[in-house]
Amino acid sequence: MSQRDTRQPSPARRLSGVLHRHPVLRLTLLLAAPMLVLVVIYLGALAVLLVSAFWTTDDFTGEIVHEATFDNFRSIVTTEVYRTVTLRSIGVAAVVTLICAVVAFPMALFMAKVASPRSRRVLVVLLLTPLWASYLVKAYAWRAMLAGEGVVNWALAPFGLAGPGFGLTATVIVLTYLWLPFMVLPVYAGLERLPDTMLEASSDLGAKAGRTIRSVVVPLAFPAVVAGAIFTFSLSLGDYIAVQIVGGKSQLIGNLIQGNAGAANNLPLAAALAAVPILIMVVFLLGVRRTGALDNL
Amino acid sequence: MGNESEGRPVILSRGARTALAAVMALGLAFVYVPLLVVLISSFNTDRTFGWPPSGFTVDWWQRAWHNEGAREALLTSVKAGLGATAIALVLGSMAAFAVARYQFFGREVVSILVVLPIALPGIVTGIALSNAITTSLEPLGVEFGLFTVIVGHATFCVVLVFNNVLARLRRTGGSLEEASMDLGAGVFTTFRHVTFPAVRSALVAGALLAFALSFDEIIVTTFTAGASVQTLPLWIFSNLARPNQAPIVNVVAAVLILLSVVPVWLSQRISSDTAGGRL
Repeated sequence: MSQRDTRQPSPARRLSGVLHRHPVLRLTLLLAAPMLVLVVIYLGALAVLLVSAFWTTDDFTGEIVHEATFDNFRSIVTTEVYRTVTLRSIGVAAVVTLICAVVAFPMALFMAKVASPRSRRVLVVLLLTPLWASYLVKAYAWRAMLAGEGVVNWALAPFGLAGPGFGLTATVIVLTYLWLPFMVLPVYAGLERLPDTMLEASSDLGAKAGRTIRSVVVPLAFPAVVAGAIFTFSLSLGDYIAVQIVGGKSQLIGNLIQGNAGAANNLPLAAALAAVPILIMVVFLLGVRRTGALDNL
Repeated sequence: MGNESEGRPVILSRGARTALAAVMALGLAFVYVPLLVVLISSFNTDRTFGWPPSGFTVDWWQRAWHNEGAREALLTSVKAGLGATAIALVLGSMAAFAVARYQFFGREVVSILVVLPIALPGIVTGIALSNAITTSLEPLGVEFGLFTVIVGHATFCVVLVFNNVLARLRRTGGSLEEASMDLGAGVFTTFRHVTFPAVRSALVAGALLAFALSFDEIIVTTFTAGASVQTLPLWIFSNLARPNQAPIVNVVAAVLILLSVVPVWLSQRISSDTAGGRL
């Protein structure tokens, strides 16, 4: 018979025992730091910002008047400019998301189901590398390409066509270009999880490729597409730099927010304007919970 | 199972596969043509990026090599990226473990909360943080600088680590950890020998994505950096408009593009998750 082990457990062992017996303690320790940062710093900052949306600035001194009022929100809803810009921004974000989805889906499908495993890896590297290229440089590259003597006009000239130049179309093109990888990757991850057997079964039942894709692949990949849409929509909604670079005179809601926060020194109005995309994105996020997109990020 | 098979079953018609391959090729071309334009323009003697290029010169590359501002900005960006990634790694994995391994009231709220900084437009995050710093933190002595940049970046980098670790934890399940504990290993030993090796590559993938995002971020950085700190994107932004500096920016961009293949390829080799990481 072995002797009884009378050594005391080490402190680490004792702590491990305590943690093991109290899962709530483990959970609290795990969540404490992330929640502290996110809730206190991030949500706190958002709350402070939104509170200041209810204040106004004194026209004369530029100082903030700490009196609660709905003036800013009223002027957003009633002023023609703000309404137009908001709708335009939503429209641009929606169009960009749509184009990204339509372009990314076949690419992701190819990578997930048609390409060989070796080339799949290469394709992912090829697709991820441009994410590291600077956003600004890409925007300026497009500016050069879309300019009068740029690549686009030079390439279209033999066909007698001209490029779109600067403006809203250019903005949509550039935003689509910038965010395309953000759509391809989640869709690819989602399609990869799709078992090949489902596609085999579909074709065994007589469906041609188009029917299979339409009836089997698309519905199953939908949450992944929505996950990608969260990124492309939100990135396009608040963007103000790309539109400054290639948008010509167009204004999106991001420009209004930035202008009021900076040069116009009207932070309350900027905060009120910022509440619009916040509201849109929160509604978006709550709405997509049901589709399971949040698990697909 | 079926996805790892050697000889892939033919699941789509040849026509469909050719069409998909064509779209893939066009898509890749679309992605890379502007990058090639940047690369070629960095050798262009013409300063205004005219096309076709008027001449060939390596002058810009030489000047970029000696440019102080660019080097400092690069260093600042690297420091900010490392800081933000470190914070994101710790906070993201902690949150991921909590959500993956425990059932608790408000679990979904945690997921949404973590996604929020990246789901809300950058300008909203930017002015919120900037306002918070001016009103609440400056009286406490915290000034705009590298620290505020790192904190700002960390808020939206957390989700990248969180998603990757969460996906990995969901895939591996808790039974290995339970088995380890049944065999007598304590909490820390189990983590060291069982859990950590399983999530290691997810951590690497998340860290690479977090670093890349922080490295290139401009909008939130504009609002949290103040006047004293200039990350690489800020340097690019202030220099692209100047005709003398613009070609140097081109060179910097070209270098970034060429160099970035390395970490991306590395992460692919390490990661068994062939999607290259979750966004």
